Amino acid sequence: MYNPVMQVSAEERDVLDGKKGEALRKALESIVRFGDAFGATELVPLDAGVHLVTSFGLSVIEPVFEIMEELIAAGLKTEKPFTVDPRPCDYANVAANLVERLVFDRFMYSKQKKYESQLAAVGLKDTRAFTCACYFDEVGNKPGFGNILAWAESSAVVYANSVLGARTNRNSGVLELLCGIAGKAPKYGLLTDGGRKATWIIELRTKTKPEAQILGSAIGLKVVEEVPYIVGLDAFLGGTLDQDARDYLKDMGAAAASNGAVGLYHVDGLTPEAVSEGKSLVEPGARTYVIDDAELDRVRSGYPLLWKKPDAAPELAFIGCPHLSRAQLDSWLERLEAAAAAANTKRLRVRTILTTAPDVEASFRSDSVAMARLDNLGARLSSICPLMYMNNPLCHGKAVVTCSNKLRTYTVARFFTEAELAGIVARGTL
Amino acid sequence: MKKTFKGRPVIAGSASGEAVVTKNGLNILASFQKDILAKSTVIRSNDQNNPDLLGKALTGKILCLPTTIGSTTGGMILQKAIASGRAPAALLFAEHIDSLAAAGVILAKVWNERDVVTVDCLGADFLESVKDLDGIEVRNDGTVIVDSPTGGNQ
Repeated sequence: MYNPVMQVSAEERDVLDGKKGEALRKALESIVRFGDAFGATELVPLDAGVHLVTSFGLSVIEPVFEIMEELIAAGLKTEKPFTVDPRPCDYANVAANLVERLVFDRFMYSKQKKYESQLAAVGLKDTRAFTCACYFDEVGNKPGFGNILAWAESSAVVYANSVLGARTNRNSGVLELLCGIAGKAPKYGLLTDGGRKATWIIELRTKTKPEAQILGSAIGLKVVEEVPYIVGLDAFLGGTLDQDARDYLKDMGAAAASNGAVGLYHVDGLTPEAVSEGKSLVEPGARTYVIDDAELDRVRSGYPLLWKKPDAAPELAFIGCPHLSRAQLDSWLERLEAAAAAANTKRLRVRTILTTAPDVEASFRSDSVAMARLDNLGARLSSICPLMYMNNPLCHGKAVVTCSNKLRTYTVARFFTEAELAGIVARGTL
Repeated sequence: MKKTFKGRPVIAGSASGEAVVTKNGLNILASFQKDILAKSTVIRSNDQNNPDLLGKALTGKILCLPTTIGSTTGGMILQKAIASGRAPAALLFAEHIDSLAAAGVILAKVWNERDVVTVDCLGADFLESVKDLDGIEVRNDGTVIVDSPTGGNQ
């Protein structure tokens, strides 16, 4: 029997003693032990559905499937419907050759079908709930200010904390599901007022609006897992969290979370806690990091080139890691049409995949005018996870280009700014 | 020469064995995935970015590390290594344990009833002192005794 360090209620004690069944005991004991390892004071109830990072039936994570079986056998489900990261394959829209399909279906993701049925049995929202951007209005797992969450996908965690003002730690895979089953999360770190104070001030001194993905990268590499308070960005984004600002912060945050381990940032004059509390969020003694155009150039120049043939012609482009919003899809359509016109071509010369949430994809596909424009360019729309798609040895020799710093970090994909990428996929050359 | 360090037991227990040391963060996915997929009885690190561990056997060793890094699947991979009896005999962290490693050792303990003795907060001095092949004894209270035949790096 486990004796927790944190305070537990009489009801929680009963669960830990096995009075509500073995599977629920294991679920609660896991999160209590986890909380104890991080100095949590108590368990607090979740206000919204959890978001899972583990969307893939990767055969090496067999113990996860066994945990799911135990939960299902005990009839346990999450209290609220949950969402999960994107699927690793989408053969209809991201073509795979026979060898790739063999590797995906027989080896890497051989458990995909079984795992998806397990997810449904323990409370998955619906079959379209596979996206890293679960907070989009179309998807609906959008927490409110101050809501307590247990999310795991790093780009979603940093968005929920920073842009929505909700509160979640960067949970490990499986732990977030077990929190959802228990309906509670251990209170520590970013769930507490103290854990949300900034220990870094980022002074932005660029001449123009910086590329979101490079700014986030610079911040992540510098502060790693600490909380930065960013000054000067509101001058470029405006004083309201409109669609453009939210999309920018989504991409900046994803880069900061993957290039470092940032779970929360504040933007002076813009993000909810910075608007209400201002610089009182900054801890005394916080360090300062000045970012100007030269610093962003320095950061970008440090990205390693991992292509086997550095001068290869690009063969595949991924746009949308994290998934694109509908507004971003529309904006990319215009950008790609302009780039194609400038390159004297009707169709893009590099196979280009735009990725978005299944619900956004469905809405876009129902817009016949927009779809016709996308088809004319030869670009494809998918709800795949580019990162999971590229997580295999067959992709190591591919000349993949992207404007995602997260995809660059975890795969051999080569990073370009959005403007550069549009030109590259239209021309077919770097 | 013996040197004693005191850490915090995350998964308490006693263990002894030979040290394998990394000064860089352990990327669990990159280190373990290849041999887990290959069903090898001994896991050797395959992390190309970590020369401290590349090619070295980790199964049954006392793994001394600062922290773990990388993909959030890391915890699940570690759980798989522990559940299948191919994990290190103990994990000794110089820093506070991170969420990936904590999830891996806790899930294995609770769901698979397999313990890998885990101690954290041993301090930077621990990692500077210990080196590959040193004899290590871990006690239930988080005490770690490093027996370095050549006197270690101190």
